[in-house]
Amino acid sequence: MKIANTSEFLSAEEIAEIEREFEIYPTRRAAGLEALRIVQKHRGWVSDEALQALAAFLQVDTAELESLATYYQLIFRRPVGKAVVYCCNSASCWLMGSRDLQRQLQTRLQVRPGQTTDDGKITLLETPCLGDCDQAPVIMVGTAGGTYEMHRRLTTEKLEELVNDLQKVYGGSSDEP
Amino acid sequence: MTNPEPHSVPNPLTKNITADNVATPIDRYRENDGYCGLLKALELSPQAVIDSVQAAGLRGRGGAGFNTGLKWSFVPDQDKVPGPRYLVCNADEMEPGTFKDRLLMERDPHLLLEGMAIAAYAIGAERAFIFIRGEYFLATERLQRAIDEARAAGLLGKNIGGNRFSLDIYLHRSSGNYICGEETALLNALEGKRAIPRAKPPFPQVSGLWGQPTVVNNVETLCNLPHLISHGEEWYRQLGRHKDTGTKLFGVSGRVKNPGVWELPMGTPVREIIEQYAGGMLDGFRLKGFLPGGGSTDFLTPDHLDLAMDYDVIGEAGSRMGTGTITILDDHSCPLGLTLNLQQFFARESCGWCTPCRDGLPWVVEILTRLESGNGRAQDLDLLEELATGMGPGNTFCALAPGAAEPLLSALKYFREDFERHLQYGGCPFADDRRALLLPA
Ligand SMILES: Cc1cc2nc3c(=O)[nH]c(=O)nc-3n(C[C@H](O)[C@H](O)[C@H](O)COP(=O)(O)O)c2cc1C
Ligand code: SF4
Repeated sequence: MKIANTSEFLSAEEIAEIEREFEIYPTRRAAGLEALRIVQKHRGWVSDEALQALAAFLQVDTAELESLATYYQLIFRRPVGKAVVYCCNSASCWLMGSRDLQRQLQTRLQVRPGQTTDDGKITLLETPCLGDCDQAPVIMVGTAGGTYEMHRRLTTEKLEELVNDLQKVYGGSSDEP
Repeated sequence: MTNPEPHSVPNPLTKNITADNVATPIDRYRENDGYCGLLKALELSPQAVIDSVQAAGLRGRGGAGFNTGLKWSFVPDQDKVPGPRYLVCNADEMEPGTFKDRLLMERDPHLLLEGMAIAAYAIGAERAFIFIRGEYFLATERLQRAIDEARAAGLLGKNIGGNRFSLDIYLHRSSGNYICGEETALLNALEGKRAIPRAKPPFPQVSGLWGQPTVVNNVETLCNLPHLISHGEEWYRQLGRHKDTGTKLFGVSGRVKNPGVWELPMGTPVREIIEQYAGGMLDGFRLKGFLPGGGSTDFLTPDHLDLAMDYDVIGEAGSRMGTGTITILDDHSCPLGLTLNLQQFFARESCGWCTPCRDGLPWVVEILTRLESGNGRAQDLDLLEELATGMGPGNTFCALAPGAAEPLLSALKYFREDFERHLQYGGCPFADDRRALLLPA
């Protein structure tokens, strides 16, 4: 599929934000990752159409931009929930009980890592070290708007509250009775 | 940051950091001698700044401990390689168990900006990037605000402090990929390419970003520059307690009473950090081993507690000081399980360029997984050793695979009995411990 006119696909807002990035780097190509992030912020994820439109706009091969998009765990090439729960599973969190947290999340949300709740609201992912090891175990919650928030020194009870709060804000069905 | 007692030792890296989780604003930063180091550097020649940093003995805090001034001195003169120079701050902090750069960026962003300006002046860069991991959302916000503040105050931008030196600093947000922290992969990432390490030589100082001379330094390394230049190399050298100079952020995570990060003199003994600052082990737990400076350093044992946290001392003991953030292995946690966890991380983050890394790591993970689940074979331990040796230095384009081999080989050395118990027991002998260790309700 060929996208004839990039600016028909990308919104004026997206284009304005990406063009601001061009001022930072000597090449358009270098703005690739940030451009992907901008599109994801506006659309929730990076679809094939968005990727092609972006590649044309950045004047790089689609395959090349794809090789960036698939390299980074914070860029999504599939739709995700309104909230993405990143459960840290690296050394310090592992030592401090992250496996129990993850099990609890899987049971509460009825999903496995990489999956989204039935109502499409909450996605669960495993993540490597989040650099907050003295606060282990930790979880990070990302939103479609591109914000990230840390939840630290979690216990079974605190995680229960966090899931309740997330479900109040976003939904996230498949709750245990 | 949680310091158990008021500071009796100088704390130039953290002097502005209080218990409140706020970024030091520019006015308070300046009241406390902020930007004096930069203004002093601008009165010196770039070469004099390089000489002073080299003589101070500042070693890179990103893990490898290379002399910072010496690294800068490899940037060629303009008549040899004309064109722009770049400075890149490595803020990709993703090594498992490392949590020090986050503190500096979130709480005192101007310290980093001032350090970057000094480094940029020394190497002749007018454009600098902070390569920050995408998960560090708060740090990114606070750094951007600090950049805007510094620019408004004439401390960044054109003709800084009325001098001929100009500098723009930009944030480049990454998106979660450990290999981006390797300095040549980082350069590819900044250029908008897939972040695969580059073959070296040429080194970045000669041919880096867009083929131009480039210096990559860690956040904490750069944060050492303001006070080093303000007070001079003699003062700086005396901050250390052993051979290495200056102060360092040391951290402890795991089952200790008071996990945290503290600024202490270089050369502070491991025991003091774990027992005094981290408050010792939690009741009911004993120290079985520790990783001195992140997931890619070799395990050490209680026999090593009296070693000084100095690059060469820890190196001679067969490990590396790495990032200086200690991960504690307690006696209820399975050493094989922790090793497997680390190898899974490295296997997942490998860029796939070199065979020992791309193929070796998944194989290691497979073997450790079968040992952990009780399906191991007697020859597995030798096989692991062979694979780890193949991943060692000299066989790969970057240090990821050799870094992965370090905890594996040292675990096989110090915790061999525990590995063998998995074979005899037909599973993980720590599994019952784990059931008793479920998170508190
Ligand atoms: C796989 C890998 C990941 C790395 N990640 C980081 C990192 O996140 N931050 C960092 O400062 N250095 C990291 N390094 C080390 C850098 O390559 C480089 O040595 C360092 O940024 C140099 O800065 P320094 O001399 O100030 O220490 C990594 C190295 C490897 C091999
Ligand atoms: S050692 Fe691993 S991560 Fe490094 S270049 Fe080779 S394959 Fe890539």
